[in-house]
Amino acid sequence: MNPLTRFETIVAFRFMREGLTQTLLIVFGVALGAGVIIFMSALLAGLQANVVRRTLNFQAPIEILAPDQVPRSLRDGEPASVAAQIQPRSQQLRSVDQWQKVRADVARVPGVVGVTPVVSGPGFARRGEAIKSVTITGIDIESYFDVISLPEKIVAGRDDVGPLDIIIGIELARDLGMAVGDKVSLTTAGGIASTLTVIGIFDFGNKGVNERSVYVALRTAQSLLDLPGGASSIAVKVHDPFAAETIAEIIRGGNNLQVDSWIRTNAQFFSAMAAQILANTLIRVFVGLTVALGIASVLVVSVVQKAKEIGILRAMGTARAQVLRVFLIQGAFMGLTGALAGALLAWCFLLLWRGVARGPDGTPLFVVVMEPSLFAIACAGATLVGVLSAAIPARRAARLDPAVAIRG
Amino acid sequence: MPSVPTLRLEGVSKSYGVGTPVEAEVLHGIDLTLQKGEFAALIGPSGSGKSTLLNLIGLLDKPNAGRLYIAGEEAGSLDEMSLTKLRGRAIGFVFQYHHLLPAFTALENVMMPMLAARGKLDHAMHETAAGLLARVGLTPWRDHKASDISGGQQQRVAIARALAMNPALVLADEPSGNLDTENGDAVFDLMRDVNATSGTTFLIVTHDPRLARRCDRIVELVDGRITSDRPNLDVRQRD
Repeated sequence: MNPLTRFETIVAFRFMREGLTQTLLIVFGVALGAGVIIFMSALLAGLQANVVRRTLNFQAPIEILAPDQVPRSLRDGEPASVAAQIQPRSQQLRSVDQWQKVRADVARVPGVVGVTPVVSGPGFARRGEAIKSVTITGIDIESYFDVISLPEKIVAGRDDVGPLDIIIGIELARDLGMAVGDKVSLTTAGGIASTLTVIGIFDFGNKGVNERSVYVALRTAQSLLDLPGGASSIAVKVHDPFAAETIAEIIRGGNNLQVDSWIRTNAQFFSAMAAQILANTLIRVFVGLTVALGIASVLVVSVVQKAKEIGILRAMGTARAQVLRVFLIQGAFMGLTGALAGALLAWCFLLLWRGVARGPDGTPLFVVVMEPSLFAIACAGATLVGVLSAAIPARRAARLDPAVAIRG
Repeated sequence: MPSVPTLRLEGVSKSYGVGTPVEAEVLHGIDLTLQKGEFAALIGPSGSGKSTLLNLIGLLDKPNAGRLYIAGEEAGSLDEMSLTKLRGRAIGFVFQYHHLLPAFTALENVMMPMLAARGKLDHAMHETAAGLLARVGLTPWRDHKASDISGGQQQRVAIARALAMNPALVLADEPSGNLDTENGDAVFDLMRDVNATSGTTFLIVTHDPRLARRCDRIVELVDGRITSDRPNLDVRQRD
């Protein structure tokens, strides 16, 4: 049935057309409110996605490490007094016990899309007189690129790192004055050294990483860090980065291993994000409240202005529920059209933002997400706010005493 | 078997401010019966309770005591919803100040009671409304906004609207009170004509003794009591 031929819709639209200035003003008000909410939400979502993307560029969502070594307690029955202070043990670089088995087990966990062994430890990169401390990461190229998209970040050279090759960051290359094809000497604290050829230079867009990380083949790292056949950690990629902690929990359950998710290791970022989400929610609530009060006040005035007409409608057999719906429809319509106009407004601002918010090099500061679902939710929300805010005036209208209303 | 009267009031009383120090009984035990097809005038001085009585009969207000029957249905036993339905179905109103909906055209105003009752627009109600407007001689003005036509025309639209649901009873409150004599007479003639051709019962509240004399029956209300209720023989004989 065509809703436009319904009694309530016909009367509601005619009432709104009669008070066109009022209607337009409030629709404009709703549009501004909805526009602000959509714009802010899209911006926040973009910011969030951007930080997540940048963080997970060079960090695996889940990292499995050998458990920390702890001081052993005294055996039962040994005569001794209780120590007042226990000195924690220093942690030496160790391999994840039976990492091949762990790797195979973890690969079967639902949600896991990539698993790779990593040998990682400190070292020095030396070229001539220049020495830089670096983090050596030994990678198995076949599986590592499933977890970290290093190939996409290579700005010069290639990524298939062999036993005598090394991939370095763009900052380190600058510091040591190196280019693809140059030789660099890599030394570890254990005194083992190796001279490697730079085959690639990467840029993760993060100065610290670009300065400190170097990638070598797994075997090269194993011998440099004196961890033959071992893997100091296992990097795991999951389908949904925000489910990382849940999946980490599952992995933790099956092993005596230390399993860190990026959600834990970046707790600060997540608490900042939570604060931002809270602030955004508060703004949404207050903007929503302002919109609701605007719609309600316009309709309250409209009920007073139309009291006589409502009285006439009631006298000619219009039910209370019908009068109620006439005003609820007005609220819903004002909310919906306002939100649609607001969505358009926000869309324009977001396009403008894309054009304006650019870094010094001309690339966008971050990609603003324009999710259609955000617009749909905003429109549905505004319609609901419209109906809810129309409830009080609508009830007043429905309860008007027709005899009194007609007498004016 | 006598037919069911269109309107029957038995001992109807109405008080305002019940339970307060200013409680005042406006109507005292009114008994009144209107048979189908009657054309009656309700007269009386200002403050005699005419409007209050009209509101009770029009189901816009409820009596404090007594019974009120519209077309055989006892209004006191009905809930709000049924009362609204009965009002829409059985009673048509013509008010002194026309009281049309200014945002709607003449035709839409006439359609409005049917639209409210049936919930949605249909072709039949369009036809009915157009027919009623033709009957009151307003076909050329049917698409004009109610606020854009003259007072006499507005009152004729109001009459057409009152007849839209083919009601048993039309209540007219000073229908010509706001019009000049010529227009007032035309409106009155129209109501008489509807009464004669359709048998619709009319109750007309008026101050104007000239109009009252043209009704079949004159009910006089003074201080909330019916002081006289007599057939108007002049009209009967003339007809």
